[in-house]
Amino acid sequence: MRLKIPTNFRIIRLPCTGKIDIIHILRAFEKGADGLYVVGCMEGDCHFNEGNFRARKRVEQAARVLDLIGVGGERVKMYNLSSGEGPLFAQYSIEMVNKIKELGPSPIRLARQRMSKKADAA
Amino acid sequence: MIIAEKKPIEEIIQEVKDFDRILILGCNECVTVCEAGGKKEVEVLASVLRMYFMAQGQEKTIGERTLERQCDHEYLEEIRNIIDDYDAVVSLACGVGVQFAAEKYLTTPLLPGVNTICLGANEDRGLWTERCQACGSCVLARTGGICPVSRCAKRVLNGPCGGSTNGKCEISKDTDCAWQLIIDRLKALDKMDDYEKVAPVKDWSTDRAGGPRTVTREDVKI
Repeated sequence: MRLKIPTNFRIIRLPCTGKIDIIHILRAFEKGADGLYVVGCMEGDCHFNEGNFRARKRVEQAARVLDLIGVGGERVKMYNLSSGEGPLFAQYSIEMVNKIKELGPSPIRLARQRMSKKADAA
Repeated sequence: MIIAEKKPIEEIIQEVKDFDRILILGCNECVTVCEAGGKKEVEVLASVLRMYFMAQGQEKTIGERTLERQCDHEYLEEIRNIIDDYDAVVSLACGVGVQFAAEKYLTTPLLPGVNTICLGANEDRGLWTERCQACGSCVLARTGGICPVSRCAKRVLNGPCGGSTNGKCEISKDTDCAWQLIIDRLKALDKMDDYEKVAPVKDWSTDRAGGPRTVTREDVKI
């Protein structure tokens, strides 16, 4: 298909989105990620029946926590598509990257930068 | 097992905001099973606190440790060599663990990270319900294995009260009438004769009415 997708996100493969846990999402933000999205199979099409539903719940949990601590729950999102929908995958990646650009850098990344500058100066 | 639920993160933040070095201490027993205070919850809480304080521009050290149990000396001893590295400990164990740790480490503030709810069972995924109130003198043999002390709002011991309607308790339509459950079970066991027997006055001195309780076993003492 040779579709163009943004280059500023990293794909982390999972055996099933049901493998994702809230801690994986939180760690990504703690390490300085500006946003994160989970792409699962279509709802109802999970090979393990409810993997993508579990993932959605965990994404929602993470969003609530991120809202609470001032990082912003809108920085995480769950998408569903089938493996044959390459163009939609590309579209979602562009949509998410644009949204994150709109939101700007994550407060955690900015804090980390400030801290490392302080450490360099000291 | 002991059922607990996580305290709201805002409450924990308020508790720890004045400390710079905080240890999040999990417990591998009941609170792990009810997903309130095990290793995973320790990781999540530590990550959340780190990010919160980082975003506030505060540098705090937040450590993570999960013990096999917090209600036994030998496991709590495992943190003796690191306890002085922290200004406060948030224990995700039940109230027993928090207190036992506080008794052991007198100069370190011990803060609870969960609310201890009851002695209960994992009825369904994500649903924990009370089954026992540790009254100290079990009546289950007479009540078809269903506890009127923990499951009846009034703790009545001789059949349902007037608030029982269609098998539900008057306190909520979601709460089963314990005595309806007992009667159904006694019928299934063909032991309705037991229902007719008037229960003797229960000895509540073994309950909380008698003050904090202890069990002493000379046979297992060393």
